[in-house]
Amino acid sequence: MSPVATTTAQPTPTRPTAGPAATKRRGRPAKQKSDGIAGYVFLSPWLLGLLTITAIPMLMSLYLSFTNYDVLSDWESMEWVGLENYRYMFTEDPSFWHAVQTTLVFALIATPLKLAAALGVAVLLNRSFKASGLFRGLFYLPSLLGGSVALAIVWVNMFNRDGAFNSFLSWFGIEGKAWVNDPDFALGTLILLAVWQFGAPMVIFLAGLKQVPGELYEAASVDGASPFRKFISITLPMLSPVIFFNLVLETINGFQGFTSAFVLSNGTGGPVDSTLMYTLHLYIKGWNEYQMGYASAMAWVFLLAIGLVTAVVFRTGKFWVHYSDGED
Amino acid sequence: MTLQRLARPLTLVLLSAVVLYPLVWMLGSSFKSPQEVLNNMSILPNEWTPGNYADGWSNFDVSFGRFFLNSAMVAGLTVVANCISCLLAAYAFARLKFKLRGFWFAIMIGTLLLPGHVLIVPQFVMFKTFGWVGGDWPYAPLIVPQLLATEAFFVFLMVQFMRGVPRELDEAATIDGCTPYGVFRHVILPLSRPALVSTAIFSFIWTWNDFFRQLVYLSDLEKYTAPVALTLFIDSSGQSSVGPMFAMSVLSLAPVFLFFVAFQRMLVEGINTSGLKG
Repeated sequence: MSPVATTTAQPTPTRPTAGPAATKRRGRPAKQKSDGIAGYVFLSPWLLGLLTITAIPMLMSLYLSFTNYDVLSDWESMEWVGLENYRYMFTEDPSFWHAVQTTLVFALIATPLKLAAALGVAVLLNRSFKASGLFRGLFYLPSLLGGSVALAIVWVNMFNRDGAFNSFLSWFGIEGKAWVNDPDFALGTLILLAVWQFGAPMVIFLAGLKQVPGELYEAASVDGASPFRKFISITLPMLSPVIFFNLVLETINGFQGFTSAFVLSNGTGGPVDSTLMYTLHLYIKGWNEYQMGYASAMAWVFLLAIGLVTAVVFRTGKFWVHYSDGED
Repeated sequence: MTLQRLARPLTLVLLSAVVLYPLVWMLGSSFKSPQEVLNNMSILPNEWTPGNYADGWSNFDVSFGRFFLNSAMVAGLTVVANCISCLLAAYAFARLKFKLRGFWFAIMIGTLLLPGHVLIVPQFVMFKTFGWVGGDWPYAPLIVPQLLATEAFFVFLMVQFMRGVPRELDEAATIDGCTPYGVFRHVILPLSRPALVSTAIFSFIWTWNDFFRQLVYLSDLEKYTAPVALTLFIDSSGQSSVGPMFAMSVLSLAPVFLFFVAFQRMLVEGINTSGLKG
């Protein structure tokens, strides 16, 4: 061990710790133990957060979901109502199923469209040419801006009666309308806003495409495969783990859409509940009507639903996701 | 042949026009007078009206400068909190051996997928019980969770990054007498700069854009952040306020846009200067 000790002083930028030789020799066996303690020292903020910000609130919301708690009155007036919140939610709340439907339509249409756009553009960009970096940046920009209130405001106005979309239609002699005030189209404009933000999954697809070995395409060319055939038989299967990753991420995101629906409807879910996303309904129940017990029940149903959807996506993944290095 | 070669650039140029159009339209509309917003269909105003910016700035009893300051404070504190707390947790997960590490790591990954909306009700009730909701400084519920590394995405990002840092560096430092704390201070911390930069940038942008939590916790006009304040325009959305509303929207997107412009440069620099390539 002594030769090691002599080399310590110079080469590393680390400040030599105080008690050199003595602690070092005993340091070995003691190290494992101190490492274990150090692990928990470094982990302690996270552990505290897990406990106080995540675990306890989760249990608390489960409890609250069986009560009629309303935040305004004090705790004493809170009553245990059993499954009443859940019964009301599934059988009586006139808006609940509507919210479920709106959210499903939004997530199930916006997610595939967004991923298809992301993949298509990624394939177009997956060639090194001068401006490819510039285009990648341009297409990524909406992902950074699109979730904001400011952009939702712009979007809603764009599809309003005097908005940019109608001036575009007027070139073709079509007279538009206030799309955002039409229950048949309002949700559609929000779906477009989601698809507009295809840049984030696109960047992930691009990274995936770089990993696909070029020899596969060369071999296919030798065999006379068309570009379309190459895409179907090489790109898609090789990229399937990345597609899967994006699918899980974007589906979960899709279910949580809130900001754009809030802005379009000024927090009401209108017109005629057509943009009443699940989270917006939850917000209205909790913070407009002060039904925190009911909102907690909604949150738990939401959690279970998202868990279920994620599980289904994972289950189907077994049939179409190929891991080329044979892991898992 | 030439047509095929032109197809790709043409598609890309058309596509970028579609993608950029809303942003250019927003910028143009923010300079249009109320009459022009209604009647002038072209993307640029005939007559530039910078007055929208002044009108929007002082449209409410509290000036927009206050809202931007509040937003900047929340975002700034969140950046610092995330960088510190997530780096500590990531170091433990990536480098230290301790009991139940695998178990905690699995839980951390699980919280990645946990939707924030599930917890917002009980968290609100909890913070209200603490007396943190409302009052002189209502921002604690927005920042304290970040101090406790609850943004699992950043913990994960940093763990992934640290796994790429050669272990030999830790081992050399350990042989030189560094404790785990020393290794953290002298090896991991300086080498993690690129991951810290990414975390800082994404923290800032996400917090700056965040709406749900700020809407829930901020109820006093004086304490509003920019996104919450922007929704006030929707309430009062007569045609005369469209211009000012667009002007303030442009201003509130500007920091994100600037971060985006600087972001690519910083990322490249981060990778080049970290010395991890060599």
